[in-house]
Amino acid sequence: MDFSSQSVDAIEAAAGKISRVEELVYVLRVSEVMTRDIKVLSPSMSMSIVLELLRQEHISGAPVILNADLIGVVSLEDLIRALLVNDLGAPVGKYMTTKIITARASDPVVEALKVFTKNNIGRLPVVDEYGKLVGIITKGDVTLGILNALQKDFQREEVRRYRASHLFEDIVSDRSSLILRYNIKKDDFTRGGNASSNIKRALVRLGANHQIARRCGIAIYEAEMNLIIHTTKGGIIRVEIEPHKITMRAVDEGPGIVDIELAKQAGYSTATDEVREKGFGAGMGLFNINRCVDKMTLESEPGKGTRLEMKIYLQPEESVGETGYHFGENSK
Amino acid sequence: MNLQQIIDHLELKPLTNTQDFSQIEPSTGYTADLLSCVMAGAKSHCIWVTLQAHMNIIAVAALLDMSAIIITEGAHPDEATISKANAQSIPLLTSNRSSFEIVGELWSLGLRSG
Repeated sequence: MDFSSQSVDAIEAAAGKISRVEELVYVLRVSEVMTRDIKVLSPSMSMSIVLELLRQEHISGAPVILNADLIGVVSLEDLIRALLVNDLGAPVGKYMTTKIITARASDPVVEALKVFTKNNIGRLPVVDEYGKLVGIITKGDVTLGILNALQKDFQREEVRRYRASHLFEDIVSDRSSLILRYNIKKDDFTRGGNASSNIKRALVRLGANHQIARRCGIAIYEAEMNLIIHTTKGGIIRVEIEPHKITMRAVDEGPGIVDIELAKQAGYSTATDEVREKGFGAGMGLFNINRCVDKMTLESEPGKGTRLEMKIYLQPEESVGETGYHFGENSK
Repeated sequence: MNLQQIIDHLELKPLTNTQDFSQIEPSTGYTADLLSCVMAGAKSHCIWVTLQAHMNIIAVAALLDMSAIIITEGAHPDEATISKANAQSIPLLTSNRSSFEIVGELWSLGLRSG
């Protein structure tokens, strides 16, 4: 068994994950992960209050403030020193540490991590550019902040994957298009509407606005039903999606239309009574298509077949893919 | 007016999976049995009254983003149609009354053409 290639893959995968976390400690700011709701003490409070505070809040230390200035920090170790000499009545000012190491709110998280490691401490008061206390950062805050950021990354990627609207942005070429093809069988009424539903869904996922997706859906539905009802052997529907244009084609090999102009008229139908009973064959198909698309071209020759081309032009603001998110949100 | 109120007033029988019908607010109504007419005339989020009960009504309703279909005259869709309606989340409701009566009731409940 070849373990070497597997382990290289595994290492690369792991390296990929590590590098994102490493990247995050440089990208995330202390202000983004710190705790803002902080408990503060004043130097005149007694150490017994510190004991209560640490116990109730499950914290291991708190900053000491005098006239809005940060003057010290009281930690569990300071409390123990007071306890050992049975001096809990003493003021905070007596036991607090005045040599304060702080983190700046605007610094990247990595700076706080360096201070944690260098000084072997787990908690830092955070100050703004004027030295005013704005929060506290712990190793737990950093871990939580990174997890939240990774979660956001993941959600963004999920949305992106679902939308697929970045397709046209990701692929650079002089002309990009996506082609969807569907084989439509003669008399397959049960599956009638499947191709149009699928195309409509694909368009929405690609970021087309709902109105455009609906117009395409209706046009394709009518073309699809025409192939099911009228052809001798079924046909093919081909949809080409480009950022500024959607071209839909329905092609079959017969029987062909005798009088194209007549066929385009509303209400004219050659459908059988059996088909009409199901609600089809109203003679509205081509009329509906013409209403939904910007350009309809119908070519047919009896005995040879029919070729129906439908085009929808997209305005720049309706463009598929290029403003995908915007239009994705418009839907429904 | 929400779909649950419509179901209660008209004593309609839901065929699709139970869901919170009170969250669905049909914007308008439409009635026709020719699918191409429906394609041309029905609006999004409408409630469609028809006596057609075959599978293609689901495709039509899904393409037009309809709120619900009321099948009249006691016509009953087959299982495949019901399961497709469930898959596309289109509520299917039936009544033994005629399309005319159902539309009249919907109108008197306040539903108007959009």
